[in-house]
Amino acid sequence: MEAGTFANARTVSITVNGTTYEREVEARKLLIHFIRDDLDLTGSHVGCDTGNCGACSVIVDGTLVKSCMLLAVQADGSSIETVEGLADGDELSKLQQSFKDHHALQCGYCTPGMLMSATALLRENPHPSEDEIKKGLQGNICRCTGYWNIFDAVKAASQ
Amino acid sequence: MLLREVGYARPGSLGEAIELLRSDDGARALAGGQTLINVMKARAGSPDGLVDLGWIEELKGIELGGDGTLEIGAMATYTEIMESGEARARPILGIVCGQIADVQVRNRGTIGGNVCTNDPTNHLPPLLAAVDAQFVIAGEAGSRTVSAEEFFLGVYMTAVGPGELLTSIRVPAGRADGFSAVTLGAEGTCIASAAASLNGGLRIALGCVDAVPVVLQPASADADAVRAAVAGANLDPPSDVHASAEYRAHLAQVVAVRAVAQASENRS
Repeated sequence: MEAGTFANARTVSITVNGTTYEREVEARKLLIHFIRDDLDLTGSHVGCDTGNCGACSVIVDGTLVKSCMLLAVQADGSSIETVEGLADGDELSKLQQSFKDHHALQCGYCTPGMLMSATALLRENPHPSEDEIKKGLQGNICRCTGYWNIFDAVKAASQ
Repeated sequence: MLLREVGYARPGSLGEAIELLRSDDGARALAGGQTLINVMKARAGSPDGLVDLGWIEELKGIELGGDGTLEIGAMATYTEIMESGEARARPILGIVCGQIADVQVRNRGTIGGNVCTNDPTNHLPPLLAAVDAQFVIAGEAGSRTVSAEEFFLGVYMTAVGPGELLTSIRVPAGRADGFSAVTLGAEGTCIASAAASLNGGLRIALGCVDAVPVVLQPASADADAVRAAVAGANLDPPSDVHASAEYRAHLAQVVAVRAVAQASENRS
């Protein structure tokens, strides 16, 4: 496809957790559906589908985004990290282990998004203040309202 | 969610983008997408084609001119404005960008998208009106620069016409600014907002009380004078589930006084 014309689909090259995928995608496809349906990486969740809940949060070229608020074609050429990429084999990341130790999940639906947001936060700011942790997780909703254990897990992982 | 079928184009230059927008009445510019993609999900808008502005270098970047004027590319994200050393020349910009939504939205949402949407509940229309920003609009015939009063025309409507694009926003130097809002949740959508600038004369811009930011220039920054100016303004606030028109008119006075007090503090 030329840059100067409209097309309903486009071939993209997107790297997810170190593996590069070349796929033809429809322009209307949201990045979350590309990740879940086309690549079968179902760790990232669709919660509200309106950009509020953050369950679909992934890291695109080092930047935390909500993948239901981005078209897959917009992520062409990027390198994406999803929750599947956090553990090293069977070894959980420090943050994942801390979530486990602090019972930082109840139903677990928000967990992939929470983990990606907290991962992005701790990368940028390894020792956040309590307010900074809260602000870093502001874009993620836990409908079980289990926020305190999530907060404690992120705090412990930052120490 | 499955969106309605849509065309997509990825211009590499401003000229190409304008040509694409001119070629199809149903084409719309896609900036950060933090509003437009939701609008498309809700079928409140169904563009035939999207012109992705994310690959155009001319629309990016934040530059500080010799006279202290900031030139902010329309595609600068809220996060980029918060982290930019240059943007600290007008500290209120980064402060207010840090109050918009959440980390994820700030990482994608752009200053150009925020003002071109001109949703009366957005943070940046009143802020940029208060600091007397200038808006650079490019079209086939070249570019023109307009003031905030000329830029914001109505709810979801701006001076950017068919086949045109907002390319950058110029913000003059200054530090004596304030912003105050009553929001849904800690950093949610504004129910009432006000921005104030005390660099030279006082300039207040009220959000959420009319289709466009309401600019007031009271002679005094005294709280009573500010309240009187807001009370005397011809406001047309909406009534909705969050606040009645009367309550919004009251809140406009409250946030205006707070914004002016902040601006006064920042002057010293």
